[in-house]
Amino acid sequence: MKRVKATKANAIIKVLAIIVPLLLNINGLALATTQEAPAVSPVAAAAIEPHAAAEAPEEAHEAAAGGEEKAGDVIMHHILDNNVLAFEPFGEIELPKIVIGGFDISITKHVVMLWTVSAIVIGLFALAGGTFKNMTSRQAPKGLANALEALVQFIRDDVAKANIGKGYEKYLDFLLTAFFFILVCNLLGLVPYGSTATGNINVTLTLATFTFFITQAAALKAHGIKGYLAHLTGGTHPALWIIMIPIEFIGLFTKPVALTIRLFANMTAGHIVILSLIFISFILKSYIVAVVMSVPFSIFIYLLELFVAFLQAFIFTMLSALFIGLASAHEGHDEHEAGAAHH
Amino acid sequence: MLTSGTILLAGSLLSPNPGLIFWTAVTFVIVLLILKKIAWGPIISALDEREKGIQSSIDRAHQAKDEAEAILKKNRETLARADAEADRIIREGKEYADRLRADISEKAQAEAKKMISSAKDEIEQEKRRALDVLRNEVADLAVKGAEKIIKTTLDADLQKKIVDSMIQDISTKRN
Repeated sequence: MKRVKATKANAIIKVLAIIVPLLLNINGLALATTQEAPAVSPVAAAAIEPHAAAEAPEEAHEAAAGGEEKAGDVIMHHILDNNVLAFEPFGEIELPKIVIGGFDISITKHVVMLWTVSAIVIGLFALAGGTFKNMTSRQAPKGLANALEALVQFIRDDVAKANIGKGYEKYLDFLLTAFFFILVCNLLGLVPYGSTATGNINVTLTLATFTFFITQAAALKAHGIKGYLAHLTGGTHPALWIIMIPIEFIGLFTKPVALTIRLFANMTAGHIVILSLIFISFILKSYIVAVVMSVPFSIFIYLLELFVAFLQAFIFTMLSALFIGLASAHEGHDEHEAGAAHH
Repeated sequence: MLTSGTILLAGSLLSPNPGLIFWTAVTFVIVLLILKKIAWGPIISALDEREKGIQSSIDRAHQAKDEAEAILKKNRETLARADAEADRIIREGKEYADRLRADISEKAQAEAKKMISSAKDEIEQEKRRALDVLRNEVADLAVKGAEKIIKTTLDADLQKKIVDSMIQDISTKRN
């Protein structure tokens, strides 16, 4: 009986721990959103500098509207890249703007995230790599090295070896790096103050471009220039070339574009859903909605996002390996089409 | 809501940002190169090495198993042979013992028969000798009796008495 009572008390304390801060914060947060309005607008102005003149009346409207209209802005603010690293209650860091030769290569939030990711990945593998260097084949791996090794082995055996086949070793470096880079990028969006660099189409486009170039290089290497060009004709009658060549040419680019959009959209969508669920309670100004819907649902989506982070990193790597494998395969053209239609 | 829609339409979400593309490419390539140096090389070689190690261990284990099986087979054969040998020895021993026993009993019987027959012979001889002795004795006695009879002369009663007493004598002597 005592035990039951204790667990009951525990449960009540847990519920209170969730509800009380919400009750206390609900007004504060509502205030925060209204107060954020002036803070957001200069950032927005900075982000869309070229259109500044055209946007000016829009801004005025924004500032005047306040309240509910801000939800969309805050969400977009979270997702989009900008020049400010915000550590919400403590302040924010303005990032430097760099323009070289007319190109704006300023360090933005996502660039910082990319660097953070690089530091994390390199740090992890520097820790694990040492273990591997000192390890003989008789020792069983353990700890961090074991965890990373499982992933590395998975990428090597089930992704690279399975899809590329012979000569997969050349592409293994790229695939492994892409997997861990994207994985940590995805996961970094799920920690406080982090943002998802892979939720930015520029980042995913660049990563997919690497895949594109590697795929084309693999195809050229496997078939030679003549074979590569013959591939563009789709092996059809010369009379059909006028149709086939553009189709095949576009086909070359659809794969990396699909990779780009898949990763970008997946990472962005999850964040928009989480933020929207949270903002429902602010828009409706009701803590009941927060407790019943926003919090549980956003926790659920968060966990889903955790899965999606791994899944999308895997899919990107998997498809890259598949494209490389298809490009370097010596089989007929049908395989190619099947592979492209597969995803 | 309206503004967010405007931002979406304005293409902020899809707007190109050459700076970010540049930094992504640079960062990714640097990370790739560093990881290739510090991680993929050692990890992949360690994995390969371990795979080889495991394979060789498995091979060795199979080899050891085969060897053990061969030894077991040999042992079984040896054991079977030893069993057969033992059986044979026991059988032979039994046969030998049987034969020996038969021999001995035969010999013993023969011996016994011989002994019995020799005993019989001896008894016969003894009997004959005793009879001879008796015969001589009787003859002597008869002669002595006759002598006495003749000496005491022709008194029939006396003679009769003498003979009777003599016979009495003999019978008492013999007894």
